[in-house]
Amino acid sequence: MSELTLILGGFLAAAVRISTPLLYAATGELLVERSGVINLGVEGAMLAGALAAALGAGLGGPWIGVLAAVLAGGAVAAVFAAVALGARADQIITGTAVTLGAIGLTGAVYRSAYGAGGPGLSLPMFAPVPIPGLAGLPVVGPALFAQPVLTYLAWLLVPAVWWFLFRSWWGLALRATGESAEAARASGVPVRRVRVTAALVAGGLAGLGGATLVLAQVGTFAEKMTAGRGFLAIAVVVLGRWHPGGVLLASLLFGAATALQYAFQAMGLGVPYQIFLMLPYLLALAALTVRIHGWRAPAGLGKRLS
Amino acid sequence: MSGSRARPWLVALGALAAGFGVLALGLAIAGYDAGLALGALWRGAFGSWYAITSATLVRAVPLVVLGLGLALAFRAGALNIGAEGQFYAGAIAATWIGAQVGGWPGGLAIGTVWIGAAIAGALWIVVPVVLRLRFGVLEVISTLLLTFVAEALVSYAVTGPLQEQSRIYPQSDPIALAARLPMLPGSRLHLGLALALALAVLLWLLFTRTAWGFRLLAAGLSPRAAEVSGRIPVRRMLGVALLWSGALAGLGGGLEITGVTYALFQNLSPGYGFTAIAVALLARLHPLGVVAAGVLFGALEAGAQGMQREAGVPAVAVYVIEAVIILVVLLTDAVARQAGERQAAAVAAASEEPA
Amino acid sequence: MTNPVLHLRGISKSFGAVRALRNVDFSLLPGEVHALLGENGAGKSTLMHVAYGMIPPDAGGVEVSGLPMVFRSPREARRHGIGMVHQHFTTIEALTVEENIRLALGPGAGVPAARLLEGVNPATHVHDLGVAQRQRLEIAKALAIGGRVLLLDEPTAVLAPSEVESLLGTVRTFAREGGAVALITHKLPEALAAADRVTVLRHGTVMFTGPITGRSAEELAGYMLGTSGELARRAEAVQPERFAPRGPERPPVAGIGGIEVRAGDLIGVAAVEGNGQRELLRELAGLSRFGVSASGASVAFIPEDRTTEGIIPELTVTENVVLGLQQDPRWLRGLRLDWDAARARTAGLLSEFSIRATSPDALAATLSGGNQQKVVLARALERGPRLLVAENPTRGLDIRATREVLDRLRGAAEGGVAVVVYSTDLDEVLGLAHRVLVVHRGVVREAPVGADRHAVGAMMLGLSGWR
Repeated sequence: MSELTLILGGFLAAAVRISTPLLYAATGELLVERSGVINLGVEGAMLAGALAAALGAGLGGPWIGVLAAVLAGGAVAAVFAAVALGARADQIITGTAVTLGAIGLTGAVYRSAYGAGGPGLSLPMFAPVPIPGLAGLPVVGPALFAQPVLTYLAWLLVPAVWWFLFRSWWGLALRATGESAEAARASGVPVRRVRVTAALVAGGLAGLGGATLVLAQVGTFAEKMTAGRGFLAIAVVVLGRWHPGGVLLASLLFGAATALQYAFQAMGLGVPYQIFLMLPYLLALAALTVRIHGWRAPAGLGKRLS
Repeated sequence: MSGSRARPWLVALGALAAGFGVLALGLAIAGYDAGLALGALWRGAFGSWYAITSATLVRAVPLVVLGLGLALAFRAGALNIGAEGQFYAGAIAATWIGAQVGGWPGGLAIGTVWIGAAIAGALWIVVPVVLRLRFGVLEVISTLLLTFVAEALVSYAVTGPLQEQSRIYPQSDPIALAARLPMLPGSRLHLGLALALALAVLLWLLFTRTAWGFRLLAAGLSPRAAEVSGRIPVRRMLGVALLWSGALAGLGGGLEITGVTYALFQNLSPGYGFTAIAVALLARLHPLGVVAAGVLFGALEAGAQGMQREAGVPAVAVYVIEAVIILVVLLTDAVARQAGERQAAAVAAASEEPA
Repeated sequence: MTNPVLHLRGISKSFGAVRALRNVDFSLLPGEVHALLGENGAGKSTLMHVAYGMIPPDAGGVEVSGLPMVFRSPREARRHGIGMVHQHFTTIEALTVEENIRLALGPGAGVPAARLLEGVNPATHVHDLGVAQRQRLEIAKALAIGGRVLLLDEPTAVLAPSEVESLLGTVRTFAREGGAVALITHKLPEALAAADRVTVLRHGTVMFTGPITGRSAEELAGYMLGTSGELARRAEAVQPERFAPRGPERPPVAGIGGIEVRAGDLIGVAAVEGNGQRELLRELAGLSRFGVSASGASVAFIPEDRTTEGIIPELTVTENVVLGLQQDPRWLRGLRLDWDAARARTAGLLSEFSIRATSPDALAATLSGGNQQKVVLARALERGPRLLVAENPTRGLDIRATREVLDRLRGAAEGGVAVVVYSTDLDEVLGLAHRVLVVHRGVVREAPVGADRHAVGAMMLGLSGWR
């Protein structure tokens, strides 16, 4: 295999790997926004999930870490739900506060659990699981079919969420809630219950994203390690036009942008690496301006909740 | 999103008490000596003249300046969540300009750096403003994304064009002496405090006494009523408020460079841009309240360092207090609003109107 | 006597100090169209909200086909075959017709029958439907869950005269097939045209109930209003006074769609929802779609939705007054606002317009709708405008407040202000205005002097009067 093919394959594999945490968080945020709510607490949920995954994996292996991550993410989401949906406080500020609190809490817990010597912590990780036959394909094989289980799981979520949103009654109810809460309520939809459920599920998914980050990517925990990936998920939802398939593509796009960093380094081009740090965010900004007719935000998104 | 009008001081005190309560509880659960930790918190903030001036008040300055900018934006209904990024933009500008003004007279040098920092902060928010006005993009998201870009930019600057001469450390050269702020003798408290206080008074007068301030309030409370009944150009006001908000955040970055660190490096800000959100909210968007809240949070963060030194509690735990304070204020607001809605419904029903 | 399919027995309901319903009996027989008649504020909507499970009664009970029921929510009412169509549509624009019906059917109900909405492709998005079609969708939703009882709340408020006939036809067909319809309306002619039986409410009490055959309009109006004196005055108001006072001292003030508006004119605008009349009026008032265009103090605007566009509930009455009068030299000194001066004038306005508020510093949210509207009106007139544009200024107001507002508008016109009033109540327009303008598809035409209700209605639908 030529060197270029190797680099390309490596780049694609990195793109897919990096995109997975984003895909989890964005899929969750998609559900929340489809119900008419913007949850900035997704960053906090992801971070909490990351820490819980580290702690859980240290205690009982990677799957315990996953379970802990889902619960932790859900707990963070529960706080958001209680204040923004239960008490109907401003959803933006609530989400920000929740994330702030999660940063503080995870930092404090991490320090007290692991002491000041954080880096160097090594955790049992999810190894890539190659799919027999497909993994051998040139270039795309390792990229698409030799990924950790959590990546395959994330991909399976996409059609599942699609079916839920567009073929099931509860998905219809969710969409109705996001378009017009009063009309949905008049049609008998339990609006608050739908929103709270969506928020909790999204919290669990964000936690799962955090777990993926720790257990299938980085291998350790560091303070504030999510570095805004949760917030980036919001941009992913916008770029993906609030559609599960779009969210998948958008996540891959952002994964690719970050993976470019490694590819450029491997090719020995002397470009300052900070450009690649900035690239996903700039891409998201540019994406926010694109308006495709017909594929737009839920009409009730961001409105004061009633 | 201005605060409820009922008893703001009570709400603020209640939120504070709740924040401390949660911290104490959390400390106890985690096995720390809560009494020692809270005592260390107090000592770190107010335990000595040095602590008050050089720990608490020094940290209060950027919080007050950023908090004022956020109060301005929030009053207009604009959610600037990216003050952290605008802070860094101002810091970068201040560092560069600060290196150029070596031979200038002190007042001119400082003034130039400050203005440059403010402009940089405003420039950093221009893109979100355009995105909001032209494309309807929520400024919450755009300002947030640019924060991360700003952090990467700082990283690039201190390892590249602005790096110190020996090219060893990821930081800039110190700025020229002319650009450094005079300090209170015996402490590290710098001129920035005076500027912060002056700005607070200015903004207070602006909000309560001027027609422009009233228009801002109307635009933030009800854009539609402001446009239809007040003929207020709401979009323009929103943009202007955001730009000034960015300018103040950038100025905050400039103050930090010229008054405290004299050089740029990564993680210059321990999250001032986000803490300022809590400051503005706790102050119920009142400029003079922002001063009080800024001092309070400055005390919290100064005390947190003391807490870490003496009791071994990680300083970052103070974010939990801040988060609880915000949440309590939000909850109180929500409860007050629901009570108001119930009252309005009762009034509507008590008159002879169709149900 | 067949069993009523819905029977409300002895319903009483109070909101705070106000007795909205006093011991009301209302029964609905299968196969009938039953009009529930009354003025705004008589309690008709409240009664139906009780029937639909939206409000619990303080006293009395609901029976469905003879069985006592307690509905704790509309969902429960729907489960027992009661459907309600409100004035504000609850269809979801971004969804398709089929999705809206499927939503109303609830989980696990399967795909709705396509025939429920005749002639419309189920995959159409609701935002592509016209108003009358959306109303049909509302009814289809109500019926889709097997409704045998249909409660229609002022369904003709948003329809043009011929669409009204079509709707009433549908309603009669439904009744003929065994369904029962309660038609809430304040419009006498409709009740006479469509109903089998009628119940008249006034101040929460049943004044009359029985078959409608043999009842005259005057008799029913008497029950609705209570005094024959009021009736005479109303009859007088319905006579169109259609002359335009002319004279050289009445200069033109503005133009609307090419038609001149003169000082002292009292112009009524009649149009079916969605024909561009709102946009036209707002442009006339200097409020374009893209923000506020420059307009001097000479134009004042009264928006329809006072709580979102007229006042800011979180501000005080004084602040709301200043909102519309920012440039007033009595309190604008350079950049500064003199709040004391503003407060003093507001106190004056409160007494001049009989606005009930505890003080000028009371929050606007604490005022009733009628008083809030009077603040908006007072503020508008205080501008000393040459042109006053009002959008449904009497919406949601009781009789007394309505009369006060209309009197003020008349007074302003007599004082030389050009007044343009748009109202969805055609009778109000005809009774108030010297001149009537009709808007259809964005084009404005003046109704001929002496045109009656039907003629104007025809113009509203574009059937006549257009070249």
